[in-house]
Amino acid sequence: MQDLGIGILFKGVNFQRLLGGLWVTLRLALITIGLSCLFGLLFGMLMLSGKRIVKAFCRLWLEIVRFMPQLVLLYLVYFGFARLFGWDLDGETSAVIVFTFWGTAEMGDLIRGALTSIPRHQTESAAALGLNKARIYLHILIPQTLRRLLPQAINLSTRIIKTTALVKMINVTEVLKVGQQIIGQFYRQPDAAFWVYFVIFLLYFLVCWPFSLLARHLEKRWA
Amino acid sequence: MGEAILRVRDIHKSFDGTGVLRGVSMEIREGEVVVIVGPSGCGKSTLLRCINGLETIDRGEIFLRGEKISGRRKDLHLVRQRIGMVFQSYDLFPHMKVMDNLLLGPTKALGRPRAEVEKEALEMLERVGLREKACALPRTLSGGQKQRVALVRAMLMRPEILLLDEITAALDPEMVSEVLNVVIDLARGGMTMAIVTHEMRFAEAVADRVLFLEEGVVLEEGTPEEFFHAPKTERARHFLQSFTYASKRDKVEIQPKNNAGD
Repeated sequence: MQDLGIGILFKGVNFQRLLGGLWVTLRLALITIGLSCLFGLLFGMLMLSGKRIVKAFCRLWLEIVRFMPQLVLLYLVYFGFARLFGWDLDGETSAVIVFTFWGTAEMGDLIRGALTSIPRHQTESAAALGLNKARIYLHILIPQTLRRLLPQAINLSTRIIKTTALVKMINVTEVLKVGQQIIGQFYRQPDAAFWVYFVIFLLYFLVCWPFSLLARHLEKRWA
Repeated sequence: MGEAILRVRDIHKSFDGTGVLRGVSMEIREGEVVVIVGPSGCGKSTLLRCINGLETIDRGEIFLRGEKISGRRKDLHLVRQRIGMVFQSYDLFPHMKVMDNLLLGPTKALGRPRAEVEKEALEMLERVGLREKACALPRTLSGGQKQRVALVRAMLMRPEILLLDEITAALDPEMVSEVLNVVIDLARGGMTMAIVTHEMRFAEAVADRVLFLEEGVVLEEGTPEEFFHAPKTERARHFLQSFTYASKRDKVEIQPKNNAGD
């Protein structure tokens, strides 16, 4: 066992360090997901608003986010904004800005889709039962929107969690960066890289898998 | 038959400049079943939708038991609580079980106690042969079953009048009668109804009075015997003919003819 690279994970505080890195990853992801839901709701409602110019603006935002690699956006904000505007943003703040910029558009589009997918008849039937507006939203529209939205929103969340791995490129010490530091310390151990990355892979899997199971479960239950 | 429950006076409604209702008046008395027929696009669905405020009217007035209900924006839901409506596209709420679909209006809009409504709902489901479906989700039901549930849902509000808007138009033919038999049952029980339908034999069976609507006006009005067997207007005759077919064994000469009807 002593000769195997996996042993280094249990030397000293290495494993705790990895978990610490994982926490940075998760914190970043959770803040981003929270903000994306909040702004996404606004974004989705803007996309549904009558104003053509507002719609076009949202559309453009969404296209930019979809075609631009996240890494380019991260560099643009972290390095570019620092030079251009003299803003000295730290890595984590830059990352939250970029991922929220992305998450807001994607989440907003999901919310727009969920809202528009509910047939007008549902509102009319509820109105014909003599329910007032608030109750129509509470009992009919919001539950159905959430059912359509949740599985997709969860999938988007796991994508956001995965994508945070990129922030190591702008000097945020998240789980991947910690792993590389550990590997660097044990450069004499030839299979260290394999075991460290393997464990990181497992950690990501353990974080994202329950989400994915939940999404699949909800999708089946609410189909 | 008692007092007038519903009075519609000279209502007009247009969509994008096209007049759909052009001065319709009618009255429905307590316990009366009025069937509204006419070619598609004649405004009969719009008429029902105007009555319960799903469309606003441009001119005219609608009264429910003498109280003016047209032209109000506030508290429209209070009016709708007194008017039941069932639509063509059986709009049960897909995320709720049958029983929850039934309870929603009476408990949330009327504030009646749940246990009491539940008991009544089960009795009514029994009457339409769907008691065992109380815990089923709408998507597991057939179209005919869904529409029977929708009828029960509307009836549980104890409406003063029930509006039925082509409730069998989206159903497979073999399911039509199971739904219409429920409606005939309701009529026997004294329910006041305004029914829009394309099922002429059903119309004849259930109606106390028939209104023939064309191009947004009431062209003819009468008892089912009068309307179906001795229509007064050429238009009505023409309309009724479209539901019958000439036998291939009848000898007819095929030749261009002038449109006698117009």
